Amino acid sequence: MAISTAGTLAKAGPKGEKTASEQETSAENDLTIKGKAYLAGIYEHPTRHAPDKSTPQLHAEVAKGALEDAGLSKADIDGYFCAGDAPGGVMAMVDYLGLKVRHFDSTDTGGCSYLVHLGHAAEAVAAGKCSIALITLAGKPRTGAMPPRATGAEVDFEAAYGATTHNVYGMCAMRHMHEFGTTSEQLAWIKVAASHHAQYNPHAMLKEVVTVEDVLNSPMISDPLHRMDCCVVTDGGGALIVTTEAIAKSLKKPLVRMIGHGEALKGPRGGKDLNLTYSAGVWSGPRAFEEAGVTPKDIKYASIYDSFTITVLMQLEDLGFCKKGEGGKFVADGNLISGVGKLPFNTDGGGLCSNHPVNRGGMTKIIEAVRQLRGEAHPKVQVKNCDLAIAHGTGGLLGVRHAASTCILERV
Amino acid sequence: MDNPVKYPTPQGNPETRHFWDQAVEGKLLIKRCTACGEAHYFPRSICPFCFSDKTVWEESSGEGEIYTFSLMRKSASGPYAIGYVTLKEGPSLLTNFVDCDQSKLKIGQKVKVVFKTTDGPPLPFFTPA
Repeated sequence: MAISTAGTLAKAGPKGEKTASEQETSAENDLTIKGKAYLAGIYEHPTRHAPDKSTPQLHAEVAKGALEDAGLSKADIDGYFCAGDAPGGVMAMVDYLGLKVRHFDSTDTGGCSYLVHLGHAAEAVAAGKCSIALITLAGKPRTGAMPPRATGAEVDFEAAYGATTHNVYGMCAMRHMHEFGTTSEQLAWIKVAASHHAQYNPHAMLKEVVTVEDVLNSPMISDPLHRMDCCVVTDGGGALIVTTEAIAKSLKKPLVRMIGHGEALKGPRGGKDLNLTYSAGVWSGPRAFEEAGVTPKDIKYASIYDSFTITVLMQLEDLGFCKKGEGGKFVADGNLISGVGKLPFNTDGGGLCSNHPVNRGGMTKIIEAVRQLRGEAHPKVQVKNCDLAIAHGTGGLLGVRHAASTCILERV
Repeated sequence: MDNPVKYPTPQGNPETRHFWDQAVEGKLLIKRCTACGEAHYFPRSICPFCFSDKTVWEESSGEGEIYTFSLMRKSASGPYAIGYVTLKEGPSLLTNFVDCDQSKLKIGQKVKVVFKTTDGPPLPFFTPA
């Protein structure tokens, strides 16, 4: 594996006594998170509607749940990660939860923030900056409207045009259909697959199995996306505990570890060569696969961000599960249904049917991937011998400015 | 077809004030970098491609074609068509398509700029050419 010049220089001894190949080997070991961070605790709040709880309270409940799942206590936590959904940010949350941490990160990249946090927590654990990291997500968009999205330098030039998730992802789908002949029927298969999985999830908001015709007959929201092309709006949240190999091995849960991570950002960048047919996953995916030393063909289970059906289709192409433009063919005829197709995805029912807490689906993507790797998914959707999984998401607005984060997880 | 929407007033700033001053004159401005030759939108003082500060204002023809669009079927102010236009000069920009039958929009369709009033400087929108 080639390493960067900077990496080689950083590892060169003061007297330059090591050979180049020795330096590369040493640098490779140091400059990776591969196998160095374990997912020891997961928790998804069972609620989908929580008018009787506060948002900080939901953060505390999911933190408690993940600690109990791991078999750890609050005093063990020395790292904390949260995003824009955490009221008051990292300072207010750490105080509210009563944590004492030596490392923290409040990166906010919308719905994929938690996939970014998982990568950053793995880096922090690998570097010894913390040994037990907590990541939380919680909020109540079903109970009440969320605050408006933060704006940047573009505000005067874009705010008037009413970009929302529905119409921005609609624009992506419209262009994808124009360039590649992708159809609404093909997109509908993604929702159909999610619904087949959701029927087994007692907590899923939508448990009914739907057909391609059901999706096509649901009301048009923003062309060409129908209501059933859209994810659910749910209150709730989730949490993760990320730790070292030694600590994970001292606990009782099956061992699941990070072996690759990549992240990337994409925007119009001055309007040059605008292309809405691909996401930042084209950069985050290969980085993660390279670090993990695996390819899309090796993946047994995929958690793919599913704010809309088109989100899934574009990301599958961008990650290399099929060629660009062939996503429609890839997802059709149940290819994403566990036990039926080649790539079982979102076996909890995903954001399309089960849960998309706080309009941010990244957390639940990680949680279901860990369930699969532990063998804790519902027996009807559990992938046999699931030892390698991907959890991938995008956040922000896919057709405007967005982030992507790819995590590759392995059962040890 | 009148649009009942009350559009937000552009606030402007020292970097973009000239754009809004010229919008009042009915002109759509872009920026071009004289170091790398690339045009961009929305305007920056430092080129987002080569990072040179040799950027200059240029009047756009206001003509372009639809790169993509989506018709938002419901909103507080009724349906609207959002999309990207690729200008003749190169850069693409986010906009709405107005003063037209929104159900007949097509990717690749020729469009031209039209300004809509706000409580401050007018905002650029696009309509079929």
